[in-house]
Amino acid sequence: MNYLSQIAFVLVLVVAGYFLAKRIKEIRGNILLGKDVDRSDRKSERMKSMLLVAFGQKKMFKKLIPAFLHLLIYVGFLVINIEVLEFIIDGLVGTHRIFAGPLGDAYTVALNIFEFLAVAVIFSCVVFLIRRNVLKVGRFSGIEMTSWPKLDANLILVIEIILMFAILTMNATDQILQTRPDANYTETGRMVFSATLIPLFEGMSTTGLIITERVAWWFHIIGIFAFAIYITYSKHLHIFMAFPNTYYANLNPKGEMNNMDEVTTEVKAMLGVGGASSEPPAEISRFGAKDATDLNWVNLMNSYACTECGRCTQQCPANMTGKKLSPRKIMMDTRDRIDEIGKTGGDDGKSLLGDYITKEEINACTSCNACVEACPVNIDPLSIILQLRRYVVMEESSAPQSWNSMFSNIETNFAPWKFPPTDRFKWANDLKTEEKD
Amino acid sequence: MNTENIQVPTMAEMASKGEQPEVLFWVGCAGSFDDRYKKVTKAFVKILNKVGVKFAVLGEEETCTGDPARRAGNEFLFQMQAMSNIQVLDGYGVKRIVTACPHCFNTLKNEYPALGGNYEVVHHSQFLQELIDEGKVRVKEGGGFKGRKITFHDSCFLGRANNVYEAPRKVLESLDAELVEMKRCKTKGLCCGAGGAQMFKDAEPGNKEINIERTEEALDTGASVIASGCPFCMTMLSDGIKNKEKESSVEVKDIAELIAEAEDLV
Repeated sequence: MNYLSQIAFVLVLVVAGYFLAKRIKEIRGNILLGKDVDRSDRKSERMKSMLLVAFGQKKMFKKLIPAFLHLLIYVGFLVINIEVLEFIIDGLVGTHRIFAGPLGDAYTVALNIFEFLAVAVIFSCVVFLIRRNVLKVGRFSGIEMTSWPKLDANLILVIEIILMFAILTMNATDQILQTRPDANYTETGRMVFSATLIPLFEGMSTTGLIITERVAWWFHIIGIFAFAIYITYSKHLHIFMAFPNTYYANLNPKGEMNNMDEVTTEVKAMLGVGGASSEPPAEISRFGAKDATDLNWVNLMNSYACTECGRCTQQCPANMTGKKLSPRKIMMDTRDRIDEIGKTGGDDGKSLLGDYITKEEINACTSCNACVEACPVNIDPLSIILQLRRYVVMEESSAPQSWNSMFSNIETNFAPWKFPPTDRFKWANDLKTEEKD
Repeated sequence: MNTENIQVPTMAEMASKGEQPEVLFWVGCAGSFDDRYKKVTKAFVKILNKVGVKFAVLGEEETCTGDPARRAGNEFLFQMQAMSNIQVLDGYGVKRIVTACPHCFNTLKNEYPALGGNYEVVHHSQFLQELIDEGKVRVKEGGGFKGRKITFHDSCFLGRANNVYEAPRKVLESLDAELVEMKRCKTKGLCCGAGGAQMFKDAEPGNKEINIERTEEALDTGASVIASGCPFCMTMLSDGIKNKEKESSVEVKDIAELIAEAEDLV
């Protein structure tokens, strides 16, 4: 019997591992479809930022209540997964609670901590479900929050609640079985939280309890594997992506736009400065970004790290005054498009700009960096917006008419307004004459 | 102030005398052409004169940094502007630049180095704070602001873009006024609506103008002065105040103007 369950466990592990590895490879491949950008510098600063922002949840604490509830789930996730180690060893070796004997009292303490966290996770998930579906917190809606994103968010919370109940059921029935002489279950000591569920199961026969305990065990471990695969299709991927995302995030001042070196080469040639370059001009595919593959890999990684919390959109001045721009939509569209390119190869006549993101959206951006500042995992929607604008202006020449006038004013008058350059220093004369009056 | 001998030397004049200023005052397009912001330029120049800072301006040799072109997506135009400005600045051997425009500040400080232009760039709020810290600007007791409520509007390009939040507040604190914060301030400060080249086009369709949203928030503080440190913010907030018909009770002022006023320079 044990032999059979060991084979079944190995099979589950292999199948789950296969699908997980396949998805990781797909997502990694999609991210690497992006253009290169060097983020190999300032390693200690990057490590520090990752520890503070991702591991330490620093930016979450701008909103205290969700930060606290999220922290419970996060710590629960990290700590309860230690127990998964025991699950895997038990499953492979055919043992039952292999750590109980060697750890003794420490095992009891650890399990009580796990149970406390399981209850805390249930509590947080319930509050989160209420915030989404009853209180209808504003940032969880918006044009990009269509049926799938909403369902995805609710599914994750419900799955987490069910998984936690599986642990508690398993522990409750296990505790009763320890008292049954015909079961011969290893002593674990009292597990306080699941003990409250004992009355529910006490009337069951020993066989019934063993079946319930085993079902809960299998449900929990298969549930965790299934969940791991599910999140690769879900916004919930942030639990992994937050770490590389904060590590590779931009460390320069937020106001700095990256220099387009391919443009510099051409401008230098036009101005005749910097010496005549003997290098032939590099093949430039496109100025700016039209499709997701024109973006850099950090932009694409950002899109997989987004958990659609909406803090960016909530802080966006354009969005709050009714414009179509939503930074969260920029990230979701980018992810949807790069996923699509990953599947179809991208030769479908579609592009990120036009089929997903409109000019009206990107034109509404004030480049104020509120979205970048708001993101708890340092996603940079502004970088994508500005690259799309570059494409619109430099490849399509289809900027709004007033911007074209501004460009020509700068070209001819060296100021964005139509004033003659000879008037530029008039204020100094005014100053002297005014003062004489 | 006896202003007949107010000096606004240009780099060209200084160079011809073989002199080098301590700092170049980068006036910016708004500071040169916009009627409202010219007052800020003048106020700042008066402070520089009063304190005796050896400064110079580029005069007609100054041109747009290229910021709005770059934000709108025109990288070519930006780089053309940047490279010709760098040629002029390097030609004069400029080391230190002060500007009253956060957009010029951001571009000169963060974006010119990639094109070979390396300068120490400070915003005028930082420069004024230095002068106050050094005791060179000392606002007289009860400089007319005592007891008045002032609120400071963070410019995105000074604040979030460059993490300058304290300098302008330190300058305002020297006025001995009551500094009150808006609900959204510092890292959470709300944009005036003009950044990212929005200054140069109409807003996209929506249900409200951003500057009205911000002006309402500023008015909620009950301040009689909305202080700013950016020409675009100044325009947007002044328009907001006009829209709300509050011109008689609320003023939008640059921090340099407030210091100049407190120093009796205007």
